[in-house]
Amino acid sequence: MNSRTTGPRGSRRRFVNWLLGTSFGGMVLSVLYPVTRYLIPPRVAEAAASSVTLGFGPADIAPGTAKIFKFGNRPALLVRTVAGELRALSATCTHLGCIVQYRQDLGHIWCACHNGHFDLNGRNIAGPPPAPLETYVVRESGDQIVVTRGA
Amino acid sequence: MRARGTIGGLSRFVLTAGLALAGTVRLDAQGGAAPEVDNCRTCHEVITVERLAGPVKAYPADVHAEKGFSCAACHGGDPAIAGFEAMDPARGFVGVPTGRRLIQVCGRCHADAGFMHRYNPALRVDQVTEYQTSVHGQRLAQFGDTVVATCASCHPAHGIRPASDPKSSVHPLNVAETCGRCHADSTRMAPFGIPTDQRDRYRESVHWRALADRGDQSAPTCNDCHGNHGAAPPGVTWVGNVCGQCHAVMADYFGRSPHSDIFNRMGVPGCATCHSNHAIAAVSDTLLGVGEGTICGRCHDAGIGGGVVAATMRASLDSLRGAFALADSLLARAERAGMEVSQAQVDLGAARNALVQARAAIHTFRADSVGAYVASGLNVADTAVGRGRKALDDLRFRRVGLGISVGLILLLITGLLLKIRQHHAPVLEGES
Amino acid sequence: MSAPSVVRSWWARASAWLEDRVGLGGLGAVARKKTVPIHRHTLWYYLGGMTLFLFIVQLSTGVLLLFYYRPSADEAYESVQFLMAEVQFGWLVRSMHAWAANLMIFTLFVHFFSVLLLRAYRPPREITWVSGMALLGLALGFGFTGYLLPWNELAYFATRVGTEIVRVVPLAGDFLLRVLRGGDDVSGATLTRFYAIHVALLPATVITLVALHLYLVQRHGMSVPPSVERQGGRRREMRFIPDFLLRDLVGWLSALALLAALAAFIPAELGDKADPFVPAPAGIKPEWYFMFMFQTLKYLPAHILGLEGEAVGVIGFGLAGVLVLLIPFLDRGAARGRPGRIFTWIGVGILAYMIVLTILGYAANPTK
Repeated sequence: MNSRTTGPRGSRRRFVNWLLGTSFGGMVLSVLYPVTRYLIPPRVAEAAASSVTLGFGPADIAPGTAKIFKFGNRPALLVRTVAGELRALSATCTHLGCIVQYRQDLGHIWCACHNGHFDLNGRNIAGPPPAPLETYVVRESGDQIVVTRGA
Repeated sequence: MRARGTIGGLSRFVLTAGLALAGTVRLDAQGGAAPEVDNCRTCHEVITVERLAGPVKAYPADVHAEKGFSCAACHGGDPAIAGFEAMDPARGFVGVPTGRRLIQVCGRCHADAGFMHRYNPALRVDQVTEYQTSVHGQRLAQFGDTVVATCASCHPAHGIRPASDPKSSVHPLNVAETCGRCHADSTRMAPFGIPTDQRDRYRESVHWRALADRGDQSAPTCNDCHGNHGAAPPGVTWVGNVCGQCHAVMADYFGRSPHSDIFNRMGVPGCATCHSNHAIAAVSDTLLGVGEGTICGRCHDAGIGGGVVAATMRASLDSLRGAFALADSLLARAERAGMEVSQAQVDLGAARNALVQARAAIHTFRADSVGAYVASGLNVADTAVGRGRKALDDLRFRRVGLGISVGLILLLITGLLLKIRQHHAPVLEGES
Repeated sequence: MSAPSVVRSWWARASAWLEDRVGLGGLGAVARKKTVPIHRHTLWYYLGGMTLFLFIVQLSTGVLLLFYYRPSADEAYESVQFLMAEVQFGWLVRSMHAWAANLMIFTLFVHFFSVLLLRAYRPPREITWVSGMALLGLALGFGFTGYLLPWNELAYFATRVGTEIVRVVPLAGDFLLRVLRGGDDVSGATLTRFYAIHVALLPATVITLVALHLYLVQRHGMSVPPSVERQGGRRREMRFIPDFLLRDLVGWLSALALLAALAAFIPAELGDKADPFVPAPAGIKPEWYFMFMFQTLKYLPAHILGLEGEAVGVIGFGLAGVLVLLIPFLDRGAARGRPGRIFTWIGVGILAYMIVLTILGYAANPTK
């Protein structure tokens, strides 16, 4: 046995060594734990804001109806026209930011707040809105709908 | 001769005859070419009398000058002749046109679609016709009233600019001031017995704030509700139509509500009864209900009929607003502390939307309409509150985690320091 | 046998096995012999190691960030947002990376000034000084390139302004700008370029230079300031292993604790995504370590002696940098043990200038 670890001086040494070992081990664990959790990929798939796969399929949206969905951080509107075509646009009215809706009776997009009208290409056609709605590109691949930012 | 008091009659005959006659006078600015020699300018420029020289100095900024119209186009006379002979009535000189004469002079071109087509095909050519329907036009035609506004009252004669020009007297930002020049002048308005506080009241309104502070050109000013050339106050039964141009949802709800009919029978002007006509203030939920300071409370008593509906609507809006405020503050606190809550904040926007829709639904004056929107909003707000609380819990977890790791590090440091002391760092002696 | 002695004999057998095959025992011997002088300026000796520790923290957190970061203009911001919001402890890794960058540059500057004022650059340490100056420049390059990578609004505009400065270099200015930006404007190409520089080019260069720098420090030992040498008397020294190293570790662990606390209480911000079509927000300013240069350029008049004010400023800083680089060769007196007072004044002057201009920069450009 080592003479350095016997006797009163030795017991202090032993204690310090123990303290060092244990706290070092604890510290290593407190580093390894977050790093390990970090490396395990999260359950939520990454949503790149330039492309969004919708949570519902083409069969879930009938002609002449529309649904709101999230495009990145912003609300967006997916419209299936009476002819059957899918269109996607930003749902934030360019006047004062209210959320627009699709009016089947009008056949185009309408903002309830101050009676602003937009056509299905997003162009502001009547009322206060000063600018058109941003349009997105819609693709149907199988039973999924993918919306991407236009060029 | 037909009796006075009808809109048509002699006055209309004179007006139309005058227009017809005027139409035969050839204008000297055909296709925009200014006359070669303009003696009107030459003389009037150097006259020291401000009343006579002022117009010449101001005129180059006028849109008519740009298009090549000279003084004689409106004032008549012959610019080719130098001296007083130019201002000969035989040569068409009309001096300073006012009142009905002025309408003729302006209307000679501006009511002629074929002529206006050459300069701006998109300009309307019905201003004179509209004017004849207005209070101003009617008083001018019927009573020869010279106090009322005519063309040059709003479009200052030698400095007319298109309405889109910010310097124009009829640019949206300037319209209230232009109308106010007469309508806010109590001396001038005294004979007519109408209020003169409209301009000042309008300046307190949300519409003016939107126009002036936010630059929102879609916000209404005098002419958007009263018309430009056909200026007249909206009739009591059609105030709702006017407001409903933009506030379509509210007007629609109101039109189908019990209040619509009742207000008509009472002879009170629809929307303006609660919201006022000129001093339209920003609305808040505190105006709803039957308590102190509420609008409903002015007519409805608490505890019966409409009072109960008002109180119910107010209570449900308050609950949504409260839930929304709670969610918003929780998420804001989490965000300030560095947590990533942007998605939750976006989702909370749906509750804001529901609040807007619920407030619009007040105008149905039925508690269940409001209640439906409030219910959906509360759903969203509750989810957001949950996410806000979770974010704050995560924050606490981080702080606890930090405490533990820092504690371990400090323990390690203590161990090291003890080790250092133990060694009594043998100091080696070197050479000097 | 007791547990410790079992461990010790196992360790002895393992070391012997390794020594036969790899043979690094010589290094261990050198390290054990190394000593560090003890005097009133010994405290400054710890700063180089502290900077190295923080660099290692940067390398580790940087590699971890690579697992989730996407270097394209379309996805960079979103990937960082995802990292902060969804990845477990992603906020911790990113915040530590951001804070350690600032701390590292701070300790680097302190190390630089301590070397300057304590004359550690005197012969035979000139190349150590030169390599150190190169490392300083590269560290600033790390900061500049890394700042853009989240592709947020502030970084985009700060990079626009920062890269614009190179244009003032005479003759080659516009060409340099295009090479730096990967095009005429700051765009996705700039991001890719900065990414390549930040994660490949700079780490490779810095690691090589650090290896050289450390080797030279080992070769020449720790420099004793002339003022201490002049005093004479017995030279007191401590062993590098374990005494200096233990104290080093205390410093490093304290820095680690500080980093953890900063990361938890003041996490890295993200702000809005960069949008080239949005007008520049008010109050764009560079990181604090560039602030003194930024503020100086703001004070210069538009034209000086026929040249553009900014060009004079940039060239001035360039010349100043070259002069500082040459200090070991200019300070003849230091080699003889009698360093010129002028260099002390220059050092203090530079330090004071940087501090004052940095403070002015923040006072004059208040954050929103």
